[in-house]
Amino acid sequence: MENFETIEVTTDLLILGGGMSACGAAVEASYWAKKYGLKVTLVDKAAMDRSGAVAMGLSAINQYVGLCDGKNTVKDYVDYVRMDLMGITREDLVANIARHVDSTVHLYERWGLPIWKDEKGAYVHEGRWQLMINGESYKVVVAEAAKNALAEAGGEYFERVFITHPLMDGDRIAGAVGFSVRENKFYVFRAKAVIVAMGGAVHVFKPRSSGEGLGRAWYPPWNSGSSAFFTIQAGAEMTSQEVRFIPVRFKDAYGPVGAWFLLFKSRATNSEGGDYMVERKAELENWRPYGLVKPIPANLRNYLGMLDIMEGKGPIYMRTEEAIQKIAAEAGDEKAAKKKLKELENEAWEDFLDMTISQAVLWAATNVEPEKKSSEIAAAEPYFIGSHSGASGAWVSGPEDLQTDETRKEYFWGYAHMATVKGMFCAGDASGASSHKFSSGSHAEGRIVGKAAIKFIVENNKLPEVDPAQIAELKARIYKPLQLFEEHKHASSDPDINPNFIKPKMFMFRLQKIMDEYVGGVSAQFTTNKACLERALELLGYLKEDSEKLAASDLHELLRCWENIQRMWQAEAHTRTVLFREETRWPGYYKRADFPRLDEKNWHCFANCRWDPEKKEWEMIKRPMLHIYPEPQEHELLGG
Amino acid sequence: MPSFVIPEKCDGCKALDKTACQYICPNDLMVLNKEIMKAYNREPEMCWECYNCVKICPTQAIEVRGYADFVPMGASVLPMRSSDSILWTVKFRNGMVKRFKFPTRTTEEGKAQPNGGYATAQDDLNSEALAQEPEALRLKEVYTIK
Ligand SMILES: Cc1cc2nc3c(=O)[nH]c(=O)nc-3n(C[C@H](O)[C@H](O)[C@H](O)COP(=O)(O)OP(=O)(O)OC[C@H]3O[C@@H](n4cnc5c(N)ncnc54)[C@H](O)[C@@H]3O)c2cc1C
Ligand code: SF4
Ligand code: SF4
Repeated sequence: MENFETIEVTTDLLILGGGMSACGAAVEASYWAKKYGLKVTLVDKAAMDRSGAVAMGLSAINQYVGLCDGKNTVKDYVDYVRMDLMGITREDLVANIARHVDSTVHLYERWGLPIWKDEKGAYVHEGRWQLMINGESYKVVVAEAAKNALAEAGGEYFERVFITHPLMDGDRIAGAVGFSVRENKFYVFRAKAVIVAMGGAVHVFKPRSSGEGLGRAWYPPWNSGSSAFFTIQAGAEMTSQEVRFIPVRFKDAYGPVGAWFLLFKSRATNSEGGDYMVERKAELENWRPYGLVKPIPANLRNYLGMLDIMEGKGPIYMRTEEAIQKIAAEAGDEKAAKKKLKELENEAWEDFLDMTISQAVLWAATNVEPEKKSSEIAAAEPYFIGSHSGASGAWVSGPEDLQTDETRKEYFWGYAHMATVKGMFCAGDASGASSHKFSSGSHAEGRIVGKAAIKFIVENNKLPEVDPAQIAELKARIYKPLQLFEEHKHASSDPDINPNFIKPKMFMFRLQKIMDEYVGGVSAQFTTNKACLERALELLGYLKEDSEKLAASDLHELLRCWENIQRMWQAEAHTRTVLFREETRWPGYYKRADFPRLDEKNWHCFANCRWDPEKKEWEMIKRPMLHIYPEPQEHELLGG
Repeated sequence: MPSFVIPEKCDGCKALDKTACQYICPNDLMVLNKEIMKAYNREPEMCWECYNCVKICPTQAIEVRGYADFVPMGASVLPMRSSDSILWTVKFRNGMVKRFKFPTRTTEEGKAQPNGGYATAQDDLNSEALAQEPEALRLKEVYTIK
């Protein structure tokens, strides 16, 4: 380890990650840090301009409440989210983000993000909550504001440093460690408060494509569960680890369908021309009251399509030609229709080129002109993205003012969006039970924790102690895969096949096979049961033991080793929670074959878990689902 | 392989202070082979085809060949990104070509002002209002249930 220099960085606030929520945190925290003479430091594993889920760009801002237009209220948004999540959501957190998200969007506009406007100068909506943008440079613009804010306040940022573990001072967070993927440098960051914003996880489950297309998951291959791993290791209580997300997208390249369903009002039909949303309407009764809500929860829409596939009625096609022709025909005379057609064609291609270029490649390679030909859609594989339509993440405190007397006892412990570990804040995919934040809400949540963390520092202004032995132990552990490789590489003539170690890629495939087959992946048709889950835990146990035998020939492979250890922990938290919740609540995300129905009496609650770092044991916890707004009555839901 | 480098066009970013594609790839895939001063994608099956290396390469040496396990051959999608817009050339397998141009930003590069030009008066660390609020919300006050 003498080859690896230790770089110690001491700061006041440490922001982990450089994505949407981290950039929001940097902007807001810098403002307050400057006032209080504090220092902010941000660390990203990649280059902030193009890191995280928005690296390629996006074609829509999915959360805009539009409070200033008076059309929607904060409660409207909360109702939408809690129903989409089948009744389980932290209303205080969703409301907190919803009341701040509009200012994030207004800031984006000032920073230079082109948001579509109509003739009257109002934002063009894709759906009730979604705005259309020219978003190729979305991340570049948002990162630029964050970097400028850090520079103005005397803060700094590190790129290409991969964060692994938390540093602890008893029950308080004391910083983080990580390593450079470019140089032989081990980083020790010491801080008074830490914001975790390292995104969600993909490649925990086996993706449908396993050759070159392995990397073309819907979720970007570079977010590997770092947030979940970090918060679990810190001993934080985690929530909704069972609520994975499976998006339905254009098949194979996973191009977005939002614009097609919402903006172009397209239908999807099966091989017999049937529309599962119409033909399977009766199935929704089984999921009352959530099945009767408008819009129908995302997972139930998925589920109806999956039923078609399982009955052998695939493929399912998005009827793009039908939708485009219909809109063009409504434009009036032939000339107007032609103009409209051209406009729609442009919009359809931009939707892909701004956020899923592979889909444009696939369309071009299969000669698809959407105005002439339908395209196949399919359910992808499971991902962990608490900021989107999943809900997994850390269990965090709500804000003080958005509580009832009852919720305050359960949901509030001093600082907004702080985990159960003192001084550790979470945002975006890192914080759970507050779905549907998307890019804008994640940024807004970043701003919320940016301010809350500075408040925490001002009120707890002492640098936590760190035992040097803790740092030395972590350093040895982190670089161990390199050492193992050097020690044993001569035992075989092939660098990857060796009886003494396992390389990260095969380790990942082993993890994916377990999850796919036993925990309800694609090949198990998203279905599992108690026996399968217990078998998965047994096999994950061997995998965990073998993680001690991961080997890396260089820093890039070392990065892959740690990414896969992070995925493995996300997998375990997920498996344990799916096992714990003895019901099926989100049938379009997974089905417990042994408990195939909703069980409102026993499971209208949060399924939480915590790994105890001292005892090295998991504890499963039920937390009550309390409302800050009255629960909508069934007739109100049906009203739409 | 998803992104690939055309050897004759890659000059190893000799004139720059960093290798552009290696700097930008979010998944740490692009590397410079220092012996021949050419970059390559070291793990094509972990590539998201995000095109960030393609967009940033100063010599247009990087292109994308669709994932061989599900994309028929012969098509190409190529971007040209300027400071405020992007021009795409989409070539179909059957030879048809389409071009699209979209704006990318409305401000000068580098000039995003963190406070968005909102005159901020927020001074209270204990209030629910964030730095530019309530002005940036275009409301008089921040929503609460109290
Ligand atoms: C395919 C796709 C399409 C989407 N479409 C839309 C849309 O149209 N509209 C919309 O509003 N939202 C959309 N979203 C949702 C949106 O992208 C996310 O909600 C948002 O990016 C979450 O923000 P985040 O900060 O939690 O994570 P991210 O933005 O993903 O940021 C994670 C950050 O952490 C860094 N990181 C990860 N691990 C480490 C580590 N170990 N050490 C250091 N740094 C690390 C990453 O480099 C990155 O900077 C989409 C998401 C996906 C995946
Ligand atoms: S950015 Fe282009 S020129 Fe520079 S090293 Fe990469 S491929 Fe070569
Ligand atoms: S396309 Fe994206 S993921 Fe693939 S090598 Fe280029 S920058 Fe990396």
